[in-house]
Amino acid sequence: MSAISVNQLCKSYDGRQAVNELSFEVQKGETFALLGPNGAGKTTTIEILEGYRKADSGHVSVLGLNPETETAELKRRTGLVLQTTALEPELTISETITAFARLYRNPRDIKAVLIDVNLAHLQGNRVGILSGGQKRRLEIALGIIGDPELVFLDEPTTGLDPEARRKIWTLIQRLNSNGCTIVLSSHYMDEVQALASHMAIMVDGQIAAEGRPLDLQRQHCTHATIQFDADGNLPDGFPDKLSAATTVHNGHAELVVEDPIPALSMLTSWAETSGHDLSSISVTRQSLEDIYLQLVSQRQAKPHGDTP
Amino acid sequence: MMLVQEAIHQLRLFTRRPAAVFFVVAMPLVLLIVLTQLFGNEKIQGLGLNTAQFYTPALAVFGVVMACFTYLAVSTATARDLGILKRIRGTPMPPWVYICARIIAVSVIAFISLLLVIATGALAFGVEIIWERVPAAAVVAVTGALCFASLGMMVTALFRSSETVQAASSAAIMPLAFVSDIFVRPSTETSEWVPLIGNLFPLRHFSIAFQRAFDYAYEGNGFALPDADGIVYSILPHMGVMALWGIGAAIIAARFFRWEARAI
Repeated sequence: MSAISVNQLCKSYDGRQAVNELSFEVQKGETFALLGPNGAGKTTTIEILEGYRKADSGHVSVLGLNPETETAELKRRTGLVLQTTALEPELTISETITAFARLYRNPRDIKAVLIDVNLAHLQGNRVGILSGGQKRRLEIALGIIGDPELVFLDEPTTGLDPEARRKIWTLIQRLNSNGCTIVLSSHYMDEVQALASHMAIMVDGQIAAEGRPLDLQRQHCTHATIQFDADGNLPDGFPDKLSAATTVHNGHAELVVEDPIPALSMLTSWAETSGHDLSSISVTRQSLEDIYLQLVSQRQAKPHGDTP
Repeated sequence: MMLVQEAIHQLRLFTRRPAAVFFVVAMPLVLLIVLTQLFGNEKIQGLGLNTAQFYTPALAVFGVVMACFTYLAVSTATARDLGILKRIRGTPMPPWVYICARIIAVSVIAFISLLLVIATGALAFGVEIIWERVPAAAVVAVTGALCFASLGMMVTALFRSSETVQAASSAAIMPLAFVSDIFVRPSTETSEWVPLIGNLFPLRHFSIAFQRAFDYAYEGNGFALPDADGIVYSILPHMGVMALWGIGAAIIAARFFRWEARAI
């Protein structure tokens, strides 16, 4: 069953098309990641789903509700972590979360949630003196205190150090394993790979690619890179077929091919006959990040956008 | 229930802001002490009242305005700048509950500030409290509090950032307090246009109507006050002007209020 369905969604600001005929579905229990460069329309899309903004046209359904008209019910059943931190610095952690808990009908246990986000030992501290990662974890606690079915996380780890980011990932994974549907926006590929079961790459208000992270990698992977040690120029007797695709620099030969298997076979037989040492050989496929960057630059190169 | 809890929450926030506590609660008291010492607590020429008998209700009104107008406007604009208003909109709390809770909280603060000023006047400077006029004084205070809360929300709605809201609210209140019989005692030497200008705005009506409850030159229960010549002075016109400003400001605030800070 789908938790979210978006159909032909359009939204523009002052003549700039932020979201352009966007369609996608999020299944219940999924962690869905919306990935894209700044200005791709991720936040606009999420804020329409959250009920903050009205769509210009198209159809949106969140937990079977219309976010424009059934806002009260939507807000009871969803939790939010907005892109920018919004906390009262004068309050303590426990005052902050208590104030949010009383806004929901069946809130989760405050103590349990604080333990979940690893802030229980700091609950008497003022919010103003917390680190960026601690503030973000508190905001996640506020997002889940109402025991929501669906949580929106808009760039939850932007600007945090690697350790703080890992802590938040663990938290999100645990939340999802408890059955909560998660919609995440991010511009970090590693984050999406670590968390998402379903992702969409958004560029210029449209989806450039969508699917499971591994499937996307498989589909869009166009070449592999083979590397091995080689001094100076290409060694004598190097297979002619491969030399055009091979470059040598800094004692390193690099060979870019569509299909690595025949190339590897040629390389190994050449090495056996010539006695060249291939023990340093490595084969790498394009990473999801490479594919993402490739998709973004392809899309942005197309002269279709009304973006300046 | 949610309304009461949110109002208590807003009161707690106020107590954590020392600068706000100073301006709203301490400053009217300091002004009362300073002005009474400065002029001496003697009968004011042409007014028939002691200095403290004049300044106590005037500065009590000033405290109400600092709480309901300045503090409400600046704290709401600051919360908007911090994204807190936007975050609140993402919870099940109805927007009207949040706004009403803020107004209730500043009214409670205003009431405490007002009581402190009057108690100080009575205990330290022998200000006479005319008990039969207390109901009238309360009605005036509540009307004034709501009128200025409404004006505070209007200023927050019309200006974008907490800095401009702070500047606009100070720029509005400080000069008005001088032409509204709050900082300066009316005297025979004052130009005629000063009260005329003051009368256009709600502050002078608030301060005069409230001061009548402390003015023993008049008789009566505080709603209608006959003077020595038997001419009945009513506070109704003052209440009317405050109500007009309050309702007008509420309409403008409702029309232009935004929950999100504008992106820069």
